This record gives sequence, C-alpha cells and structure tokens, in this order.
Amino acid sequence: MHLAYPAVLAALLFCTGLYGVLARRNAILVLMSVELMLNAVNLNLVAFDVWLRDALHAGQALTLFTIAVAAAEIGIGLAIVLMVHRNRGTSDVDRLRETAEHPHEDPDTDPHEDPDTAPHAHAGPHDEKAEAAA
Amino acid sequence: MAQTAQAAQAAQEHGFLSPTGVEIAFLLVGLVTLGAAVVTVTTRQLVHAALWLVVALGGLAVEYLLLTAEFIAWVQVLIYVGSVVVLLLFGLMLTKAPIGRSPDTDSANRPVALAVALAAAAALVWVVVDAFRTTWIDLDGAVQGSTEVTGSILFRHWVLPFEALSVLLLAALVGAIVLSRKKKEGER
Amino acid sequence: MTTTTLAVLVPLLPFLGAAAGLLLGRTAPGFVRPLAVLPTLAAAVLAVLVAVRQGGGKAIDAATQLTPTGSVPIDLALHVDGFAALVAVLVGVVATCVQVYSTGYLREDPRYPSYAALVSLFTAAMLLVVYSGDLMVLLVGWEVMGICSYFLVGHYWETPEARSASLKAFLVTKLGDVPFLIGLFALAVDAGTFRITGVLGAVATGGLDHPTPIALLLLAGVAGKSAQFPLHTWLPDAMAGPTPVSALIHAATMVAAGIYFTARLLPVFAASAAAMTVLAVMAAITMVGSALAALAQDDIKRVLAYSTIGQLGYMAGALAVGDRGAAVFHLLSHAAFKALLFLAAGAVIHAAGTNSLTAMSRMSGLARRVPDAYWTTTVALLALAAIPPFAGFFSKEAVLVAAEHTALGDRTVAPAGAGWTVLVAGLLTALLTAAYALRLWLRAFRGRGAEAPDHGRQPIAMTSVLWVLAVPSLGFGLTVRHLPDWFDGHDLAPTLVTTVLGTGLAVAGAAVTYAVWRTLAVRALTAPAAAAVPTPHVAHPDADAGLVEAEALHLPHPAEDPADPGRALLGPLHRPAADGFHLDAAYRAAFVRPVRAAASLVRFLDREVVDTYVRGAAGSAKGLGWLVRRAQTGNVQTYLSALLAGSVVLAIAAVALANAVAGA
Repeated sequence: MHLAYPAVLAALLFCTGLYGVLARRNAILVLMSVELMLNAVNLNLVAFDVWLRDALHAGQALTLFTIAVAAAEIGIGLAIVLMVHRNRGTSDVDRLRETAEHPHEDPDTDPHEDPDTAPHAHAGPHDEKAEAAA
Repeated sequence: MAQTAQAAQAAQEHGFLSPTGVEIAFLLVGLVTLGAAVVTVTTRQLVHAALWLVVALGGLAVEYLLLTAEFIAWVQVLIYVGSVVVLLLFGLMLTKAPIGRSPDTDSANRPVALAVALAAAAALVWVVVDAFRTTWIDLDGAVQGSTEVTGSILFRHWVLPFEALSVLLLAALVGAIVLSRKKKEGER
Repeated sequence: MTTTTLAVLVPLLPFLGAAAGLLLGRTAPGFVRPLAVLPTLAAAVLAVLVAVRQGGGKAIDAATQLTPTGSVPIDLALHVDGFAALVAVLVGVVATCVQVYSTGYLREDPRYPSYAALVSLFTAAMLLVVYSGDLMVLLVGWEVMGICSYFLVGHYWETPEARSASLKAFLVTKLGDVPFLIGLFALAVDAGTFRITGVLGAVATGGLDHPTPIALLLLAGVAGKSAQFPLHTWLPDAMAGPTPVSALIHAATMVAAGIYFTARLLPVFAASAAAMTVLAVMAAITMVGSALAALAQDDIKRVLAYSTIGQLGYMAGALAVGDRGAAVFHLLSHAAFKALLFLAAGAVIHAAGTNSLTAMSRMSGLARRVPDAYWTTTVALLALAAIPPFAGFFSKEAVLVAAEHTALGDRTVAPAGAGWTVLVAGLLTALLTAAYALRLWLRAFRGRGAEAPDHGRQPIAMTSVLWVLAVPSLGFGLTVRHLPDWFDGHDLAPTLVTTVLGTGLAVAGAAVTYAVWRTLAVRALTAPAAAAVPTPHVAHPDADAGLVEAEALHLPHPAEDPADPGRALLGPLHRPAADGFHLDAAYRAAFVRPVRAAASLVRFLDREVVDTYVRGAAGSAKGLGWLVRRAQTGNVQTYLSALLAGSVVLAIAAVALANAVAGA
C-alpha cells in the first residue's frame, strides 16, 4: 500500500480537527475536534511504524501512550468545562473573554470603581444561556 | 537501508496509484472517516456531532486494522468509542447542551478558521504527497501490530514509560474528581 | 622672623581668621568679635612691619613651586616692592577700621559672624593680590574678592535691591574677568611665565608679540573691578550693602585691585600706545560722567559711590599717562578719605533715619547729633575736593602734573593726546567734585526744618575709627617728599600751574554751588509749602545702625526738591545724570533684551520643536499600543487562529525556500 494514502488521510483529518478547534463555540465540540487531531497523529504514527518495520515498534507504543494521554486529557478537559459552565453559566469559548482589552475603560482606573458594568457583564451571558437551555 | 531500497523497488513494481484491494478498501473507509469528521465539525446538532465522531473514530480503527495494527485498532474502539465519546456525551448533557439544532454552534471566527484549515491542508497534502508519493508499505509477512507483538514490546522495552503513564492517568483521575465535584455550601 | 615670613603671614592671618570665624560663628559667639578684629589688626601691624623693613628699597622676591604645572609654570611667589608694601599697609589699616566699626555698626545683626568672616576673607584676598608675585595666584585673590563682594553686597538679602545689586556686582565684574583671564593667558604665553618679574623682564626686552590685544583684554578686567566706564554700573547699586562693606569695597579692596594691578603691569600697557589712549579716554569719560551723576544723586551713599568712580578715573588717568606713582599715591589718599566718608555716612544715616539728602535737608541740627561724623566728614570732603593742605590735594595734583607733563611732551611714556585728555577732564572734574562735595555737605548738615531726632551717642567703636581715619585724610599729603623713594623715584610734588588751575577751579565750583544754594534756600523760606511735605522715616529709628540702614533702603526718595542746588546747576542734564545717564537702560536695551529674546526663542524651540519630537515619540508608542490593544480580544480562538496561520505561513515559506534551494 502506498504510504501516501494514510499520510494524506491523516493530514486531512488533522486539518478538519483544526477547523473544528478554531470554528466551534461549544467547548465540548472543541474537545471533540482536538480528539480528531490527536487521532490524525495516531494514524500517522501507525502508518510510519508499519512502513519502517521498527524493531521496537516505537510508533505503536507511542500511539498507545497518546490514546492514554488523550483519555486523561478528555477527563480533565471535561472537568474544566463543567466547572466553567457551573461558574459562568456558559461553555462557549468566545464568551470567556475576561482577558480582553476593554475599549471604553481606562486601563489605569480600578475596575471596582464602576459597580454597574461588572455584574452586568456576568449576568448577561448567564441569562442568555438560561434562555437557550429552556 | 535495505528496507528503503526494498520499498523503492516495490514502489517501482507497483507504480503510482496502482490500486490493490487493500488500497481500495483503505480509500473507501478513509472517505467515510473523513466525511464523518467533517460532519462532526460542521453539524449544528451537538449530540449528532458526538455520534458522527464515533463513526470517524471507528473508521480510523478499521484503517488501523488495514495497516495490520490490530491491537491498536481494538484499543481505539475500546477507549475512544467506548469511553471518550461516552464521556463527551455526559459532558454535553451536564452542560445542558440543547438537543436538536442550535443556531450558534459556530463562532464568528469561522471564516478565519476555514481559511487557516484549508491553507494548512493544502500545504500538508502538498508536502506529504511530494515526499511520499512513491513510498510503498509492504503489508505482507508477519503481522506487525498483533497483540502478541505489541504486548511483548510494550512490556519488554517500554515498561518505564508505561508505568509513568499510569501515574499520569492517576493524577488526571484525581484532578478530574477535584475539579468536577460540587462544592458544599460555605466551602470555598 | 624674616621679612618674607612676615609678608606670607599678612594675607594668611585674615584668611585663618575668616575660616575660624565661619567654623566657630554659631558654636562660640563670644569669639566672633576677637576673631574678626584681631587677625586683621595683626595683619595690619605686620604689613607696617614689612613696609618698614622693605623701606622702599629693592623689591623682595621669593617663590616656591608646589608642583610642576606644565608648559607655563605657576609659582607661589611673593613680590614686595614699595607699591605693594604701602598698599598692603593701607588695606590692613582700612580693613581693621572697618572691622572695628562693624562691631558697633552691626552690633545686633544675627548674621554678624558670617559677615565678619567674609570681610576677613575679602581682606585676605586683597592682601594676596597685593603681595602676589605670580599672576595666577593674583587671579585667585581677584576672584575670591568677586565672590566676597557678592555675598557682602547681598548682606541684606531680604530686600530685593540688595539681591539684584549683589547679582549685578558679580555679573558685571565677571563680564570683565573673562577677557581678563584670556588676557592673562595670552600674556603668559607671550612672556613664557606667570611671574610678574618675568613678565616685566620680557616687556623690557621687547619680548611681547601682541601688546595691544593683551593690554586691551586686561583693561576689560580692570574696568570691571575698578568700576571704570562702561563697566562701572555695579558700583552705585552696590550701595545696597552695609555701609562698612561699601567703605571696604570703595577704599581698600576690590576697586583698588584694578588700579593696583594696572600699576604693577604698567610697562605691559605702556608698550601699546593704543591701550594707553583707550585707558585715557575711558578715564576721562568716567571722571566727568560720574562727577555729573554725583551732583544729581539723592542717596548720600550713591553720591559717594559716583565720587569713588570719579576718583578711580583720576587714578586710571594717571596710569594712562604712565605715572603709576601718582596713581598709587591717589589710591592711598583716596582710600583714607573715602573710607572715612562712608563710615561717617553710616553714622549720619543712623542719626537721620534716612539716606536721602532731600530728607536730611529738611531737618536741622543733624551736625549737633553726630559731631564726630560732622567734623570728620568735613575733613574728608575737603580732601575730596582737593583743597590744600588736605591729602587729596597733593595726590590729585600729582596726577594733574603727570598729565600736564605728558601733554606738553616732557614725558614720553604715553602719547600727548592721552595727556591732554586726562588733563582737561581732570580739571573739569575738579570743578564738579568741589561742587558735589559742597552740595553734599550743605544738604546733609545745613538743613532747615524740624529738629533731627536724638538717638543718643554713637558707639565708641564707630566714632573712634572716624578720627583714626581723619588723620591720614588730613596729613597724608605731607609725606609727598618721601613717597618717591617708595615709588618709581620721580617727583610727585605739585607745580604752580596745576595748583592754581586745580584749586582755582575747585574754589570756583564750590563758590557757585554755595551761591546757588543760598539763593534757593532764601526762595524756599519765602515759599514754606515745600517744607510741609512729611518726610518718610524708618520704622525703628532707635535700632542698631545696620538695621536702620537696611530699613532706609526701602524708603521712597522724596520728589524732586526745588531747593536742590545740583538740580539748578545741571539744568536739563539733571534727570539723565540722576539716572546714571541711562546707561542701565542702554544696557537693558543692548544686552538684556536680546538675551531675553534669545532665551524666549530657545524656550520656544525647546517647547514647540524639540518637545514635539518627544511628544511624537510618546504618541506613536501610545498609538501602536492602542493598535496592539485592539488585537487583544480575549477570544482564545482568535489567538489560536493567528498562531496557526503564522505557523502555516512559516511552513510554506520554509518548504518553498527548500525547493528553491534544491532547484538552484
């Protein structure tokens, strides 16, 4: 079998996962896309291992490790997503923008000086999310 | 070196894109896998995305089998299809993800994502095809990924990383529990 | 002790006294007065001893070199000839008188310790100038005097007049000192040494290559220090200092330094006829102008200040005709009577409670209140007006005789034109001097009106000094037969022609002034309205003399008094003369305003041009920061997209580059 087939398939799967990571809103969908990318890498590892007939089968061993690490990652990732959802009321990655530069606020002023805007910013997404869930 | 020479000779024998039975099977399963993956990242229904992910990961397992890596194929089915996707579905439910079509599954970043993904795909496919278009994998002979072989190399040569990985998994387990457990009232 | 050791001690003792006074001034106030008076007194006694031992004979020369100083060596050198010995005696005596007088005058002044120490330092610097045989060491004393005059003139620094006067004194003298320094360097380069003996030796053998530029540069410094036209403007303003300081500056130190320096290096100046002519013209303008200005002043101390400028003009005139004996003779006698005049003026201001002559002319009996000041002022004014047999007569006649000899061609040291200039200006000034001296005396002591207030007797420290100084004012001229032994050797005695001319003109000036004064006084009696105007008075007339004077600085001068004989005599010239011929205004227009305009231009360039770049740099950084801040959306996906897009671009570039290299 030509090595090009698995290699191209891996490349395309990887780019599909890449698109998912960059385009999806829901954090869990982003995690799924990450799984796709990891699997693309795994396919590459297996294909090259078979091609090279490695005596130690390093490619396959590494694939097993990757699967294990991916399992750990998905566990931790989901725990984080759950916690974020519990605290912020949303798991949309593009709504978690607390590190953003706020154009209307002077960066020098203390954010606690303006008591109106801060709670509102937290309440807004929560309400939206509650509506969406309902 | 001998392998490389042999592979080059095989590639010459078989020519470019001379389809064999394994290749046709690989190609078809690959198309299904890729299609499932694309649907996974584009569908508007969250639960469907998880289910299409099952198809994609299962397709990959078949590809592993075609590449004679049978142990990895079974592990793929067991771990990914069996547990990871179930975990993801649990996650979707726990975050109260809407059942059915939701209008806002894609963020405003979508055009940029598309552009980056297409560019990356073009670049990667070009490079990979350019590099490996005549490379031949000899799938005949002894099975390279049988459970016996894998078990033997894993516990003969990769014991130490394997044990380290188990510690990592334990840490991840503890971390996940700590992160996801509900706080009692008054506890910070 | 050898004479050299004594001579070294003379400048050293006041210096040590100044250092000790500055150190102990706060911790041990009891030592301040002895530390002020005793070192100066000891220096005066030692100076007399040095003068006696030197005896007008061969000059004492001693030098030691502390360290090699490059191409032109600088020595700690001593050069004591007849001039130096006598001037040092004068400095010591006047400084001692001033110190003694100050103990009474500034009795309750809180800044007396630093004042006394600065006076001692001033004295030490002048003695260093007098005895130094090396031009660089002389320059050290010269500059120390400049800074001391700054501090002492600004003694009453609470008043804006004193502050600006001290600054002016410092700046104007420094304006002359810069060319002076350059001139000294040029002289040393030409002569190959800073030693005065070496320089004079080089001049005698024709070793100077550029005598005219050197002499003119040095003249600038001399004009600044000795208050000659056009750098004389600081001296009248320096009256804002305490009266003893004025006495010290006008008589013994500072202004004398310029004349003394020129006298020492006279051969250098004489080598250039142009420099002598410039000096003569400078002296003539200074003499006549200052005498006219003195006639118009209302402040008693300003009258004396302008008179000092005029008398310095006489000395400069004597130097311009190449007779340094006459110049130093007049320097000595002038120092005696001018110190006396200032110290007496201090007593008069204290008694009258004002420094305005107009105000004094409206009180009667001032002479009875301060009899010592009255009599000694009379003696000193007679000396100033050059009435025989007072000291001023002999010294001024010596100057006029030298000028006449030069004009008639009997002396060939200086050009005849210089002689004529000095002679005519000197005779004219003699007339004016007598006029303003008599005006001062009449206005101060022959006033009519309310009785002068009685503040009791003056302290003995102040009055005794007046009588000590009255002795040389009265009798110094009688030494005229012995002085040539100390000086260059030629006769200083008056001749018949100049005596008749000079004295006649002085008497004529005095007579005219007296006549005008009588006429105006009678007219003022018939119109008593003017006397009804209340005269301004100090707030604490019974206080310490120094305090009274400081307060008098603030007093407004009364409006023009029609009874002033100076006003009638000068006619239309009165107003410009009272303003010092608007020289300050001219300087303001010629120098101050362009400098200020240039400063504002620089300020504009700095604020608007240079700062624009600075602001632009800050603004561009801020704008770039704003742009970068736009990129911080907080959306992780955006960051990741940018990161991966960059990676893709880099990968494509790397592959394309590899292909290009492989293809090539």
